[in-house]
Amino acid sequence: MKRALTALWLLFLASIPLWLTDLYALHVLIMTGIFIIAAMSLNLLLGYTGQLSLGHVAFFGIGAYASSLVSLGFEVHLLPNWLVSLEPKPVWFAMLCGVVLAGLSGWVIGRISFKVRGAYFVIVTVSFAEVVRLIALNWVELTQGPMALNNIPALRLAIPGVVELAFLRKPANYWLTLIVAVLCYVLIRRLVHSRAGRAMVALRENEALATSVGIDVTHYLVLATVVSAAMAGAAGVLYAHYVRIVDPDVFLFIYTVTMVIMVISGGKGTQAGPIVGGLIFGLLPDLLRAAAIKPEIQWVIYGVLMILIVHFLPEGIVPAARRWWQGRVPTAVIP
Amino acid sequence: MSGGIALVVEGLTLRFGGLTAVDNISFEVREGEVLSLIGPNGAGKTSAFNAITGYIEPARGEIRYRGARLTGLKASAIAARGVVRTFQKTSIFAGQTVHDNVAIGRHLHSRQRTLAIVAGLSSVAREEAQLTREVGDILHFVGLTSRADTVAASLPYGELRLLEVAIALAAKPTLLLLDEPVSGMNPVETASFMKLLGAIRARGITVLLVEHDMKMVMGASDRIICLNQGRIIASGTPDHIQGHPEVVRAYLGSKYVMSSPPP
Repeated sequence: MKRALTALWLLFLASIPLWLTDLYALHVLIMTGIFIIAAMSLNLLLGYTGQLSLGHVAFFGIGAYASSLVSLGFEVHLLPNWLVSLEPKPVWFAMLCGVVLAGLSGWVIGRISFKVRGAYFVIVTVSFAEVVRLIALNWVELTQGPMALNNIPALRLAIPGVVELAFLRKPANYWLTLIVAVLCYVLIRRLVHSRAGRAMVALRENEALATSVGIDVTHYLVLATVVSAAMAGAAGVLYAHYVRIVDPDVFLFIYTVTMVIMVISGGKGTQAGPIVGGLIFGLLPDLLRAAAIKPEIQWVIYGVLMILIVHFLPEGIVPAARRWWQGRVPTAVIP
Repeated sequence: MSGGIALVVEGLTLRFGGLTAVDNISFEVREGEVLSLIGPNGAGKTSAFNAITGYIEPARGEIRYRGARLTGLKASAIAARGVVRTFQKTSIFAGQTVHDNVAIGRHLHSRQRTLAIVAGLSSVAREEAQLTREVGDILHFVGLTSRADTVAASLPYGELRLLEVAIALAAKPTLLLLDEPVSGMNPVETASFMKLLGAIRARGITVLLVEHDMKMVMGASDRIICLNQGRIIASGTPDHIQGHPEVVRAYLGSKYVMSSPPP
């Protein structure tokens, strides 16, 4: 029953490009999907380990830049007479590099902040994001700075002589995003329903008690940070090869805030939360625009809706909906 | 197993700034016994617990368990050697169900590797099923079976304290340190807790107990060590401690000390 529902739901999502002819709408869906992946990755940290990464966009940006640079190739003088150069590499390989590099930077952040929790973890992540943004802005030789990286190639997959796929058009990019999102969802699902996920929740709920039963809390915080960063990096990679231009604005703080809004409003610590929150706050600006509401009013509605959700459903939409559903259906088990 | 020395505390000294909370104390816990630490508030009992389980670093002294040094190890590594504690202030994973609380406690005895989890291997699923059964056994042992699906935060106080013990037991301790497990319990709950303590003992688990409830201490302990102001002032069997003049002085003041021998 549950499996059938999941399959139906996936089939529906996969069928969208077949009947949705409005290409702009498809673009909005792709961007929303990319943001949902980023929000899911943030949820692994914020919702399960309880640590707020307010620099999460850094991992997104690192993924985007790394993948773009590897696929475009670059020449950099690390020292006046030491030139490092890289020939352009296939896009699928560049994408892997982007994910791995984002994961590695997550590992560094996890190690650096191995003893900091709460507010201090927030500060470390915010600072990290700002440093990375400044590098992207000022290391012009590598990143082109504000001139942006242009003409980033789209993904091409080919088995010589058998099939060649080019992810140039929107439907292909939509499916690619959907596949990555489903992969991330399954990965997070496996993690949180395991020993590792229990250890993360234990860190969130009661660190001293978790330690007392032998959980190496730091290890699991680092693990969560690495997985989370790699997934945010994957979102950045998708973004880079879909939009095909990357500038330092991908590191803007507002993107982190958007991810946090999606996670908190949807329900942190639930798997469906970031998806629901991501759909609402990803699609809302364009729905309002489509309704021809004045721009000033659009943002007022956005803000008011956010405040209403946080005020009336402080745990988020998904937990509230779940409780409402359980209250409606009389539970069979009566002790 | 009984008879041998399980835990050795040698010359343990703990300082917080200028305050010496524990001053050069030494004692041993034998395999299979229930040893109680008693003493007025601030005597250093919980501090000694924190040092043994790796939550604070001693200024001086050494702690060994079954021959291996514990001093300097991380708290989680000490738990991995079978030395597991509970906390004075009720300490649970409040937002999780009773079942999940105990499942978290099983952490050390689960073999899942991260890669196996991510790959979704069937060994992980098998182990999860096994875990559910083991958690059921532990809940049955402490008498919380009917509460398995209750969110821990909504348990009544007495059951919360049982849950804490269940979490600690899930880690399969060989030495269990209980920090005031019956404080705040009513006499009926205390009596049933003493029965549970007997059952824990019967499983061969050595118990180090900090407790203020004298009925419990006198009834459950093999030996008692009395601390006052960071020093050991008396140790011995419950009978010996009950009449010890230093203990009476520490708890009640010197005018209650019966002059002995009576005139």
